[in-house]
Amino acid sequence: MERFRDEVGADGAVCVRGGGTRWTLGMSPYVEADEGPEVRVVTAPQGIQKHDPAEMTVMVGAGTALTDLAAALSLHGQEVALEGPPGSTVGGTLAVGHSSVRRPRIGAARDTLLQAECVGADGALFKAGGPTVKNVTGYDLCRLLVGSLGTLALLGRVILRTRPVPEQTIWMTGGLLPSDVLAACYRPAGVLWDGTSTFVRLEGYSSDVRDEAQSLALLGLSGVDGPPSLPMHRDRWRGTLPAGGVLEVSTGVLHRPDPAPAAPVAPAVRALADRVRAGFDPRGRLNPGRDPYLVTA
Amino acid sequence: MGQNGRMAAETDRGTDLLVADLEAAIGSERVAVGGGARRLYSRDSSIIAGGRAGPVCFAESTDDVAACVRVATAHGRAFVARGAGTGLSGGAVPCNEPVVIVTTRMNRILEVDLDRRLAWVEPWVVNLDLTRHLAGSGLHFAPDPSSQQACTIGGNVANNSGGPHCLAYGVTSAHVVALEVVLPDGSVVVLGDELCDATGYDLRGVFVGSEGTFGIATRIAVRLTPDPPAVRTLLLDFMDIADAAETVSAIIAAGVVPAAMEMMDQGVVAAVEPFVGAGYPLDAAAVLIVELDGLPAGVSLEVDLVAEMGRAHGARTVRVAADEEERARIWKGRKNAFGAIAHIKPGYYLHDTVVPRTRLAEVVAEINEAVERLDLIVMHVFHAGDGNLHPLLVFDPREPGVMDRVAAAGEEIVRISLAAGGVLSGEHGIGLEKRRFMPMLFTPADLAAQLRLRRAFDTQGLANPLKILPTSASCGDVMGLGTVPEGVWT
Ligand SMILES: Cc1cc2nc3c(=O)[nH]c(=O)nc-3n(C[C@H](O)[C@H](O)[C@H](O)COP(=O)(O)OP(=O)(O)OC[C@H]3O[C@@H](n4cnc5c(N)ncnc54)[C@H](O)[C@@H]3O)c2cc1C
Repeated sequence: MERFRDEVGADGAVCVRGGGTRWTLGMSPYVEADEGPEVRVVTAPQGIQKHDPAEMTVMVGAGTALTDLAAALSLHGQEVALEGPPGSTVGGTLAVGHSSVRRPRIGAARDTLLQAECVGADGALFKAGGPTVKNVTGYDLCRLLVGSLGTLALLGRVILRTRPVPEQTIWMTGGLLPSDVLAACYRPAGVLWDGTSTFVRLEGYSSDVRDEAQSLALLGLSGVDGPPSLPMHRDRWRGTLPAGGVLEVSTGVLHRPDPAPAAPVAPAVRALADRVRAGFDPRGRLNPGRDPYLVTA
Repeated sequence: MGQNGRMAAETDRGTDLLVADLEAAIGSERVAVGGGARRLYSRDSSIIAGGRAGPVCFAESTDDVAACVRVATAHGRAFVARGAGTGLSGGAVPCNEPVVIVTTRMNRILEVDLDRRLAWVEPWVVNLDLTRHLAGSGLHFAPDPSSQQACTIGGNVANNSGGPHCLAYGVTSAHVVALEVVLPDGSVVVLGDELCDATGYDLRGVFVGSEGTFGIATRIAVRLTPDPPAVRTLLLDFMDIADAAETVSAIIAAGVVPAAMEMMDQGVVAAVEPFVGAGYPLDAAAVLIVELDGLPAGVSLEVDLVAEMGRAHGARTVRVAADEEERARIWKGRKNAFGAIAHIKPGYYLHDTVVPRTRLAEVVAEINEAVERLDLIVMHVFHAGDGNLHPLLVFDPREPGVMDRVAAAGEEIVRISLAAGGVLSGEHGIGLEKRRFMPMLFTPADLAAQLRLRRAFDTQGLANPLKILPTSASCGDVMGLGTVPEGVWT
């Protein structure tokens, strides 16, 4: 952490690079730098510090690849509710804040972060949250950091909530409407809709998955290898499905082939967000070109 | 006299003007300035006495709340939101005569959308009333604090409250999707979004748990949870509390996350059993309630696994509730624990810390030792599944000097919990009760980051000031726990 802190330093614009998988989301960190001063690129520490299966927590460097984390956790039959494209890091995935399509079952990305050791804009280390799975001590700064695109502080080392890997997982698809599928099963892990077919992910004990699969089969659904491939841009549900779009039914996240503009933000909310950002980074040195309010969903 | 007398007179004149403006804003019949109302709202359910309420405003709408906030801050006066006053950390205790904004009349369930599994409610909807309203729909509101018959959803949001079933389902934050909030500058915003995460910073997420210091929630959109198709409840009893604690860890480590996992020690059982007849064995050192829910096949697998784990770790008996009546009886004991304990001694102080669940047994033993040294009685009833301890100190407040010992015991509980890698609060919040302990857990840099966030919401420092973060300023006549005149909990 000290190395990371020194690398960030107390002056000059910096951006932190994870896997670079969503580097331009919310604008490139370089944008302002094209005309202005240089933006230094820093990377967060890597490595799994401590996995504690009986606590269901893991302490990990934010620069660790999600795949490395997943491999280590799976040795004890656990996982975290973070997902990203190949190459994603823990820190990058938290900074982006997108949840898995399995969110209805495994929870949101923002509920995964229990504690974060960060470097602030003043170059000093500070800690948000705490190490336990339940905690209301002080303000919930972890919630603020997830999805903030590194504009408030840079994540160095984090403690994440883990969960048991389900015994079995299957995908099914068919022409039934998503609402009928939802009504027919108890807490499916994810329901997707592409305008013609519904895809549902069932997970849990094999016996439960088998029972639900049987009742869905009676309604005309059949097994399938996986979900439809998700088009690359994210949007929020606005009442119609665009061509080539795939909707996450329970969470309203729409995956679409073409980018959509971010939803307008109420001026009073924007003003509050600007005060938050200015409070944490008065000189605008952290990921200066990025703006979480330009992310569509 | 001169100086002080003049100041008092100016303050009174200031208050008269404030009251006049409040009356003009929401109507004189809805502003109370008499001693009765101000006394009633001077405390909550914590043991903190000595709060002093200013004018008490009964808001009926978002506009009323916004008007009261604007008037208060225009007069440079602080304001504090009031729910049902069941808070245990002094969050609603007024410091230095703030405007108290009471939301009792904002108690409507505004909209229930069963298809989208969402409800909009006003802040004073009582937690259990929402779930009762939903009965038969196949959905419920998951957060279930033990106070759910009395506490409000606004209070739940402010304290990010938990409850037994939050082990599997998550605390309030996981069930609040959007909030309409009156900010401390009087503007009204919606934070969060009904469907997906709102764009930008998770301002909804930080508002939840902010204990009224970021503004006042006036409408709340909550996510509704489907009722589980199968529920089974087990009662295990142990002759050693360490065995019970090890069972808890073993269940979690085996990959089972029960819907709830609650523990009671012998002291609590002895108090509860005569009242409720839940069937808890009186000679056991600890009883453990484990509730499993989900699809029927998985639940019966888990019942066997939990029973096996219990026996392997020394459970004397493992009882699986045979029917709904037996299940309700087992829970009735747990849910009425606090009421029953009030019969032992007139005063009690319910503490709240979290420790790593693998260290529960040693922490409980250490706390017991420390409290005994102070010649007080402590018993435990807690959310074992997530390591959330609730040491309960019982005492007679009329005994001279007892409050000093109660305060010392509280400090010991905090010290022991933190030394074990724990935190100050799992669900009751910091309020006034624990703000002085914050520097034991957080560095000055950590606290500065929290203050930055607070200042972004509350630029003038008038929203429920003095709560959560330690400051040198004092809350009027509240002197700290050592001088509390009498136990509360009536
Ligand atoms: C017997 C008993 C058992 C309990 N069990 C539990 C438990 O199992 N789990 C648990 O988590 N808690 C428990 N509590 C604590 C308490 O019930 C919760 O903290 C509850 O959420 C408080 O709700 P309230 O309506 O009483 O809020 P109040 O006590 O009136 O206020 C609490 C805080 O919320 C703020 N507030 C109130 N309304 C608003 C609003 N609309 N907008 C912004 N801020 C607001 C207040 O300013 C204050 O800071 C228990 C309390 C008792 C007495």
